[in-house]
Amino acid sequence: MQPFTTLCAIAVPIDEPNVDTNQLCPTRFNKVPRGPAYARVLFHDRRFHLDGSAKEHLLNVEPFSQAKIIVADRNWGSGSSRESAVYALYEFGIRCVIAPSFGDIHVNNCYKNGLLPVILSVEQCAALRQSLRENPGSTVTVDLEAQAVHDSWGHTYNFEIQPVRKRCLLQGLDDIARTEQYQELHDRFERKDRELRPWIYRS
Amino acid sequence: MNGWDQSVQMTAKTLFQKLWDRHCVVEDNGEFLLHVDRAYFHEGSSHAFSKLEQQARRIARPKQVFGFTDHYVPTLDRTNGVAGIAQPEIRQMVIALQENSKRHGIDCFGMDDPRQGILHVVPPEQGITLPGLLITGADSHTATHGAFGCLAFGIGATDMMHVMATQAIWQRAQKTLRFVIDGELGFAVSAKDLILFLIHKIGVAGGTGHVIEYAGSTIRALSMEARMTVCNMSIEAGARAGMVAPDETTFNYLKGRAYAPQGVQWEQALNDWKTLYSEDSAHFDQDIAIDAREISPMVSWGTNPEQCCPVTSTIPSPEQEKDPIKAQEMRAALEYQGLTAGMALTDIAIDKVFIGSCTNSRIEDLRAAAMVAKRGQVKVPSWVVPGSKTVKKQAESEGLDQIFKAAGFQWREPGCSLCTAINGDQLSPGERCASTSNRNFKGRQGTGGRTHLLSPAMAAAAALTGHLTDVRQLIGAPV
Ligand code: SF4
Repeated sequence: MQPFTTLCAIAVPIDEPNVDTNQLCPTRFNKVPRGPAYARVLFHDRRFHLDGSAKEHLLNVEPFSQAKIIVADRNWGSGSSRESAVYALYEFGIRCVIAPSFGDIHVNNCYKNGLLPVILSVEQCAALRQSLRENPGSTVTVDLEAQAVHDSWGHTYNFEIQPVRKRCLLQGLDDIARTEQYQELHDRFERKDRELRPWIYRS
Repeated sequence: MNGWDQSVQMTAKTLFQKLWDRHCVVEDNGEFLLHVDRAYFHEGSSHAFSKLEQQARRIARPKQVFGFTDHYVPTLDRTNGVAGIAQPEIRQMVIALQENSKRHGIDCFGMDDPRQGILHVVPPEQGITLPGLLITGADSHTATHGAFGCLAFGIGATDMMHVMATQAIWQRAQKTLRFVIDGELGFAVSAKDLILFLIHKIGVAGGTGHVIEYAGSTIRALSMEARMTVCNMSIEAGARAGMVAPDETTFNYLKGRAYAPQGVQWEQALNDWKTLYSEDSAHFDQDIAIDAREISPMVSWGTNPEQCCPVTSTIPSPEQEKDPIKAQEMRAALEYQGLTAGMALTDIAIDKVFIGSCTNSRIEDLRAAAMVAKRGQVKVPSWVVPGSKTVKKQAESEGLDQIFKAAGFQWREPGCSLCTAINGDQLSPGERCASTSNRNFKGRQGTGGRTHLLSPAMAAAAALTGHLTDVRQLIGAPV
């Protein structure tokens, strides 16, 4: 996993609440093997006509097509657990989504792929989106170590993040490496559990 | 509160806490490593396998991992088996799942297996899902299995790979929400109506960060099939998991099933399962009481599951919504759905009916739909897609397939089908479907498709009239 430290990049405002994972990656693209092909999948049905030609969409035009940060509205990434929604974001170039709230599984999938979900208040997100709409191409800086978002107009917004998630993102550590540190404890747990609940184990 | 009360509060555990405690291996800075008892995956889980292979890892406990063919399999003409799947991409996925399973020593319910079906229908029916388990699945509706008193939730591909490699998962503590539902459900009011009612009440984010327990006399009176329908849609209320404490209904359902414990182990398991309930004085972060008699047959009109109301009502007006954000969502939903506020729900004409999905494709669902279907002829193309081959066989032995066919329904092969529309079964742009599935998001059933969620009996009623219909009127309320 790529470490995430500080990111200064163009941010794109997406003004719609409840953008579900099906919008981020329409179901039929789920089966695409992970790779650059996913860049086109992001918001596919909003961005492209059935014949493949481009529709009018923020993400299809400069400067927003270069964005690495999305500033969104409530309940971003709700719905299906599909991790391909994160692949689509990632391959498009997005490394950070700022929103007032996130779908539960999606937020986990973000962390697990090195993408930072940042929670700011509804008002902060709305203000940020408005500034970005009025000044297309402005950059936003996300400093994970300092847990701060700086916009181009001198505002700083602090955010919370769980210490474990922060550590894993900063170091690019994946969960398996972390779990393996507890292998012995888990083995012991399982030995005891086999005695307590033998019917669970099929071998 | 005096000191004694407090100590009782501290020790009295919820069902969720009991399940959590028995799986917790270690805590690391607010994250808990939980031991996983069962993992379920499907054809779409190829990302997990390719990651596993990239890192040259083995599956830690292959006997506790199970594979299912459901999301992508065709639901018509399977006479030539896997080789006969028309779309080469899909054929390849089914083959890959079966081969991956075989290579890793995993029990797989392949497309030609006589027990094949949806990953939330087959494990309960085979006794793979048992009370007290921690279950992870590669589909968000894994919450279904909570009906047995399990902690069951959906995970993404990276987490699935983690579970496969370690038989454990990292989770943060969750809050608890309990619905205590009492009273008798009205005539023709089903578990689906109950859960739609609850989602409407608390909203699609109402359960976020929570695990839901469903309790009360109404829940106790529900069959396992109905409890699964309720738990299934916990995710639509924003919760990661839903659960019901196991009881005699649960034990009777499981006894003698193929993978369920037998003999001495059954007795041993039973003793353990009887300890799985929330203690009287246990604390819930939210506790909501519901009177079941208030619930009528429900139907969704919008593009998220909270946008639903009793079939007898009219579409609510965004102008009357106080929350400006919700009002905006309502306007967008009405536009997408091609509907206007104030319209009677029963005036909405439909183009298609889908009876199926892990929410409503079990034998009881099909019985309820057949009861209605035998009263007439379908007015629009209508499908019945059983949740598994076991359900299909049972239904055929009861003659339900004959009832459906005589009424003009298509009787198809088991799978997810039109619930998620990735196997080729899908709506055309603008097409309107009365569907027993769980999600009505834009495009869920096909690009541009429009979905109305409802119960199996209500779906069958809509099939016979060609528009949304109060099933109670169609079949005549009892005297
Ligand atoms: S029927 Fe629908 S919700 Fe259920 S497992 Fe299949 S795709 Fe998921």
